Amino acid sequence: MSHPTDFTLTQAIQALHSGEISSRELTQAYLDRIELLEPDLNAFITLAAEGALAQADEADSKLIEFRKNGIENESPLLGIPIAIKDVLVVKGLRATAGSRILESFTPPYDATAVARLREAGVVILGKTNTDEFAMGSSTENSAYGVTHNPWDSSRVPGGSSGGSAAAVAARMAPVALGTDTGGSVRQPASFCGLTGLKPTYGRVSRYGLIAYGSSLDTVGVLGQNVADVALVYNSINGNDPRDATSTNQPRQEINLDGSATLQNVRLGIPEEYFGEGLQAEVESAVREAIRVFASMGAEIHPIQLPHTQYAVPVYYLIAPAEASANLARFDGLRYGPRIEGVDLRDTYRATRGHLFGHETKRRIMLGTYALSAGYQDAYYGKAQKVRALIQRDFESAFETVDLIAAPVAPTTAFEIGAHRGDPLAMYLEDVYTLPANLAGVPGIAFPVGFDSRGLPIGMQLLGEHFREQQLMNAVHNYQTVTDWHIKRPDL
Amino acid sequence: MALTLEIVEHIAELARLELTEEEKSRYLQQLSAILDYFEQLQTVDTGDLSPTSNIRYEPCPLRADQASIGLGLDEILSNAPDVKDRQFRVPPVFE
Repeated sequence: MSHPTDFTLTQAIQALHSGEISSRELTQAYLDRIELLEPDLNAFITLAAEGALAQADEADSKLIEFRKNGIENESPLLGIPIAIKDVLVVKGLRATAGSRILESFTPPYDATAVARLREAGVVILGKTNTDEFAMGSSTENSAYGVTHNPWDSSRVPGGSSGGSAAAVAARMAPVALGTDTGGSVRQPASFCGLTGLKPTYGRVSRYGLIAYGSSLDTVGVLGQNVADVALVYNSINGNDPRDATSTNQPRQEINLDGSATLQNVRLGIPEEYFGEGLQAEVESAVREAIRVFASMGAEIHPIQLPHTQYAVPVYYLIAPAEASANLARFDGLRYGPRIEGVDLRDTYRATRGHLFGHETKRRIMLGTYALSAGYQDAYYGKAQKVRALIQRDFESAFETVDLIAAPVAPTTAFEIGAHRGDPLAMYLEDVYTLPANLAGVPGIAFPVGFDSRGLPIGMQLLGEHFREQQLMNAVHNYQTVTDWHIKRPDL
Repeated sequence: MALTLEIVEHIAELARLELTEEEKSRYLQQLSAILDYFEQLQTVDTGDLSPTSNIRYEPCPLRADQASIGLGLDEILSNAPDVKDRQFRVPPVFE
């Protein structure tokens, strides 16, 4: 038997169900690996070892009973350890959102995605590191220290779901939840050699997700391969009355039985995603992957998404504007620490000024400015109109193609501190991931090679609203003929 | 629309953020660079398009008007920095 933390999620499920390993043994193996690697990687903000072992024991008693009585186990995730990004609340487990302003917040309820995983019987290992309030592309904006990339500890894991990505890449968890507001699942998946799904806006409930940009926020999954990602996605998606923007559709069950082929699938290649600034090795790996898709029967079509270049200004006006409103709730009155001032207004100012980090304050300032009297039409209003043009780009493209193939990020993982003091340079790194959030379409990132430094290269497929099945079929086909997703860092 | 230190201070006040002098000058410089870059949006012809905030492609039905049990008072107060008589205790609003 290979070491339990080497299992894919699919293998772990088989091992649990056959009785080859218990959930407690599996959970303990991951806790041991976390203890070993966490000092170097800092993937977690809060660990839940004790709770995890209790959940594992509960799962084991069910698994034993099922086996004894020959009952079909209908919950594949029963007894499976998982890591949760620290912007999703787990009842009774500290939730910080990477911020000091929530350093003492213990949520009294579960996020819907978490509640559904609990119903499925998962074991929660802990809460993973994130840029403060998911605002960042490197996990450097966390108040709890930077997370290191398991492939090269001098580099960032990407962000904002960098803790989740590092945890899965280092096999400290078989799979993890993340969130994607402007690329925060896909870009860290790409930087860490993982498969990461950003579902259609509304497909997974945002209830219990500490809000950043409410018209953009999605809950996604990071795993070693698309089959693993699908198993978790299957448990968390579908209508939730507690989120008014959640889809009306019931839970979707992704089926990757291999029967779907790439024959006649029309793959669009947007020229705007292959322009200046794209690292040559990233471009060649993505183009090689496109050739693999073509060799499996996909039709390749050059397409245009002409408003792509505006995604950065549109996103960095809309998301901060929404954030400035969402973060108004952190006032030092109802949760978190309070820094007393001379009066109420001064208390607000002191609490927020001292306990928010720099990037969060920068975005609150930017968003407040974009919404302030005299500037609202020129900035926020204009951004919302150009957002409509970006949506139309996708609508037109999907009249002629089924899926869009593109790089995830212009480069592989950059060095910690590379963009320090230059927020605009950091924002420009997001140009390939932002449009999908602005249009609400689903996307999936997956590994397609390595650069000369040995860092993973990812690409993404984007699909029409609610076409997650088609996206995952395509990646599943690709992963049956390639082995990039099997490579792992030496640790 | 050049940003000034006065505008930065006004925005910080609207956002209820206490900033140090160093932060004010840093944000002035960084936000100016960001807003200059964003000027390119003004060149996009958006004609008579209306602003879009909704990317949901489905109707948005309202829930049934039924009472349900929410969180209890003790749970809601459990994270508050200052509680008295089962209420949030806050600095005085009026003198």
